[in-house]
Amino acid sequence: MIINEFKMTVDSRSVNESFARATVATFSAQLDPTLEEINDIKTAVSEAVTNCIVHGYKNCLGKIYITVKIHDDSKVVVTIRDKGCGISDIKKAREPLFTTLGGDRAGLGFSVMESFTDKLTVRSKVGFGTTVTLCKRIHGRTK
Amino acid sequence: MSVKIQFDGETLYCQLNGEIDHHTTLPIRLDIDDRIENCRPQKVILDFTDVTFMDSSGIGLVMGRYKLLSEFNGKLEVTGLSSNSYKVMRLAGLDRIANISKGVK
Ligand SMILES: Nc1ncnc2c1ncn2[C@@H]1O[C@H](COP(=O)(O)OP(=O)(O)OP(=O)(O)O)[C@@H](O)[C@H]1O
Ligand SMILES: [Mg+2]
Repeated sequence: MIINEFKMTVDSRSVNESFARATVATFSAQLDPTLEEINDIKTAVSEAVTNCIVHGYKNCLGKIYITVKIHDDSKVVVTIRDKGCGISDIKKAREPLFTTLGGDRAGLGFSVMESFTDKLTVRSKVGFGTTVTLCKRIHGRTK
Repeated sequence: MSVKIQFDGETLYCQLNGEIDHHTTLPIRLDIDDRIENCRPQKVILDFTDVTFMDSSGIGLVMGRYKLLSEFNGKLEVTGLSSNSYKVMRLAGLDRIANISKGVK
């Protein structure tokens, strides 16, 4: 059951990367996470938001839609959605080291999201956009 | 995010400060590459002691400098990593190309 929910929309400007991850982390703090758990959430959210900016809205400015749901079993579910270009082959995109942008991009964003959360779901349609869902159970400091 | 760079004739020491993400990495990278090209150091140390956050942009930062340095056999060392940054670097296998170590905090 969802016990608390938060929604926000930000422009796909790179300056919002730190704002988005910090805001999601602050909202998740009500579950009393450890510092490591908070960092894991921040890192995964940073990857997803950056992808919306550098890939989804590569040649334009758009909106990024973020939802955070807190479940009663101490689970945080973060949804990050863009209405950008979409991904044609999700399986391939999720492979470690796969990147469509050269330069200093390592192609490890999805790998980071996967290993820093309990579950990563990616849905996408070319021309319509991409939705990334991150689930993480918070064990917290109190145990 | 900022970087302080010092060169002693052999080693280029880069002290990074703040949060490393896609937004903050580019100017830092240009600064460091500029100094690497000019100084041709035998070794570059990237000190992460004062880095408070890092995502996969940090991987790109380390990997890119590694590639540049290996063009003239320079060595790369990454020090002072937080446990979060260390986790990200290990995931990328950066421990196989550079000497990486955690900081004491
Ligand atoms: N929101 C998105 N919209 C469109 N394409 C995307 C999106 N997210 C990811 N992709 C595609 O999936 C690929 C892999 O993404 P991933 O985050 O793993 O690596 P990267 O962003 O290329 O590099 P890194 O995250 O290591 O800097 C991208 O190169 C891009 O082609
Ligand atoms: Mg990415």
